[in-house]
Amino acid sequence: MPVEVRLPTVLRSQAGGRSTVSVEGSTVGEVLRSLISQHPGMGEQVLNPDGTLHRFVNVYVNDDDVRYLSALDTPVKEGDEVSILPAVAGG
Amino acid sequence: MLRLSTEVQLAVVAHCLAGLPEEACGLLAGDPALEEVVAWYPTPNIARSARVYTVDPLAHLRADRDAEARGLQIVGVFHSHTHTDAYPSPTDIAQAPDPTWHYVIVSLRDIQPVLRSYRIVDGAVEEESVVVRTHWAQAS
Repeated sequence: MPVEVRLPTVLRSQAGGRSTVSVEGSTVGEVLRSLISQHPGMGEQVLNPDGTLHRFVNVYVNDDDVRYLSALDTPVKEGDEVSILPAVAGG
Repeated sequence: MLRLSTEVQLAVVAHCLAGLPEEACGLLAGDPALEEVVAWYPTPNIARSARVYTVDPLAHLRADRDAEARGLQIVGVFHSHTHTDAYPSPTDIAQAPDPTWHYVIVSLRDIQPVLRSYRIVDGAVEEESVVVRTHWAQAS
């Protein structure tokens, strides 16, 4: 089922400048893999080579951090918004 | 070049002062084509530290949604340095998330706060000029 994915500013140029894209998937992992299959350049910025979530990336389903849910196994349903956010940090 | 209004400049510095003794942080929004910051979002520093900062990701998400609803985009981040110069630290450089962003640092080391802005692209730091626009100067 289609789910809206909100992209961080750093990835929007790879999606024609769009802030959101619609992709298929029933879990966060499926949604992210589907997104990356459409926009391969996003791959290494979102997922590690072993398929886990990059440590400097936060993913939310609506207002919930998936690290506090079931990570990439977190289910999503039509109408949910999956948001990808870079960790913004420094010293 | 980073353009911002006096209101945003003063509000950002005030937010940094209010965050002492910890580092404070927030996000800047503008029309990227105009390179002008017209809105700012305070974000909690979830690192709660005088030496490092981490923008609360939920506050980041809400700022991103609000900016988009207003026809704006997040174009940068600011944070304070409580005891050092207004220059990016090695962790600021290593973790800069977006090469198109402005990286604003407010040094509170001296009595007079110092605000500077940088571009950080692939680990290379370049300072940019900061132009503060006063609305009322144009009123007459």
